[in-house]
Amino acid sequence: MSIEEIYDAKHDAGGELIAGATGDWEIIIGMEVHAQIASRAKLFSGAPTDFGGEPNDHVSLVDAAMPGMLPVINNFCVEQAVRTGLGLKAEINLYSVFDRKNYFYPDLPQGYQISQFKYPIVGRGEVRVDLPDGGTRVVRIERLHLEQDAGKSLHDQHPSMSYVDLNRSGVALMEIVSQPDIRSAEEATLYLEKLRTILRYLGTCDGNMQEGSMRADINVSVRKPGTSLGTRCEIKNVNSMRFIRQAIDYEARRQIDILEDGGEIHQETRLYDPGKGETRAMRSKEESHDYRYFPDPDLLPLELTQPWVDDIARGLPELPDEKKARFIDAFGLSPYDASVLVAERETADFYEAVARGRDPKIAANWVITNLFGALNEIGKTIAESPVSAEQLGSLLDLLADKTLSSRLAKDVFEIMFETGDDPQKIVEDRGLKQVTDTGAIEAAIDRVMAENPDKVEEVKAGKDKLLGWFVGQVMKATQGKANPQIVNEMLRGKFDL
Amino acid sequence: MTVDNETVRRIARLARIAVKDEELPPLAGELNAILGWVEQLNEVDIAQVAPMTSAVQTTLKQRDDAVTAGHIPDDILKNAPETELGFFVVPKVVE
Repeated sequence: MSIEEIYDAKHDAGGELIAGATGDWEIIIGMEVHAQIASRAKLFSGAPTDFGGEPNDHVSLVDAAMPGMLPVINNFCVEQAVRTGLGLKAEINLYSVFDRKNYFYPDLPQGYQISQFKYPIVGRGEVRVDLPDGGTRVVRIERLHLEQDAGKSLHDQHPSMSYVDLNRSGVALMEIVSQPDIRSAEEATLYLEKLRTILRYLGTCDGNMQEGSMRADINVSVRKPGTSLGTRCEIKNVNSMRFIRQAIDYEARRQIDILEDGGEIHQETRLYDPGKGETRAMRSKEESHDYRYFPDPDLLPLELTQPWVDDIARGLPELPDEKKARFIDAFGLSPYDASVLVAERETADFYEAVARGRDPKIAANWVITNLFGALNEIGKTIAESPVSAEQLGSLLDLLADKTLSSRLAKDVFEIMFETGDDPQKIVEDRGLKQVTDTGAIEAAIDRVMAENPDKVEEVKAGKDKLLGWFVGQVMKATQGKANPQIVNEMLRGKFDL
Repeated sequence: MTVDNETVRRIARLARIAVKDEELPPLAGELNAILGWVEQLNEVDIAQVAPMTSAVQTTLKQRDDAVTAGHIPDDILKNAPETELGFFVVPKVVE
């Protein structure tokens, strides 16, 4: 057994199995994620990277590969690749080389893509993926390299012609390659979500899948547990979480059916067709994969210095894993609540503003259950929340000093969410203050007891359970404003319980 | 390392160069001569020599992340045999 195989065997605990006619099968997935760097200009030219635009408007003579044009690297893009590498706990290679990956396609005017082959800028790292069962899947990162995006071809505008727009041509991409450590379609989407969270924390990629800022190529193979890796197929450019799940499930099933019929898998590139819900062969590997890489003679090796890398490392924000650990340790949150709160940096910041100087668990509960619940209902994000962190905090203060009961607090929250008003104002305007005045509560209790002599007798005869009914009646009589604890205590006093 | 006619045909196809059958043997001969010469270079022991990446001692030139180009669609499309609605128009390529 090689070290890799031993690691593999150790790693495989807990993978999800698929039942086939000949027994259980295991899915093995590796991903190549293309993440667009959030830069203003392209990787090797000064053309803008904004999404959309008129066709061929965001194109310089370099991007169009006009004769004599030379690439000059954008140092911000280099910095973002290093930042991302550090965020993935990866080795940063101080020496890396740009190579030409040669192939012909109309949206690739150079006839080659400038990429990094033998010497990538970032080496091995890892992404920790939280699984629904509470476990963690460590997905090893093989490498991250810098490369150019291609242009875009439109095939549906004309019966016999394709239209080409070079606006994306030359935009900087980070290709992040994982080891085949992912074991189910669900894990694949969780991995991608975690990667997206990290990139967004770092600010190196906006993670917008609709606009193509993040695209995934998925390598799928199947095997009987404990046996060596099977032949893989690559599914190209799947651009939504739902399609990723569907494509993997379809592809695994297809491979299992072939193998169980005594066939064999041919290594090939496949395309997912969301309309038909299937993958189909795209092109044969032998032909297209002879990319004849060689070092780009237009570009010298990229050399970085350790102090420069250290400087970037010092400027990294607190990353989701560390933030989550801190929320658990310092605030006593459950791992689940902590991971919900750290999924977006904005959410974590919002929560921390609410929790500052208050009970962190109550704050987490209100942010997750009440605020997220309400936001989900109207389809808004935390950035668009009608209730600010300060306002939610004041509401919790009113709850803590017993001005509001938790029931009243929920009512006030609903009004805050609708009107955007401060909780103090709502409480004053609508007279929603909780009644802690024992005189008023006692009067209400006496009234309820006088109106229900039969029930009073029952309690006195030992039917304690009816006490809850009395509490409810008193709360009703005070329009929910009485403090239920005080009501309960006073009732017990009346009945000598 | 030597190349045969089939290899030459494949390399030509990958590079999208049309090569007639009768041109294959002379091309294979030329390529083999070049490869022979490279093999001769391989005999030199360079274990202790750093790779030379440039004829002059210099480092990779870099630029700042500023938009300094673009917005010249007419220039970009000027040499295209066919255009429409601001796009290059090419014979249909669908995989």
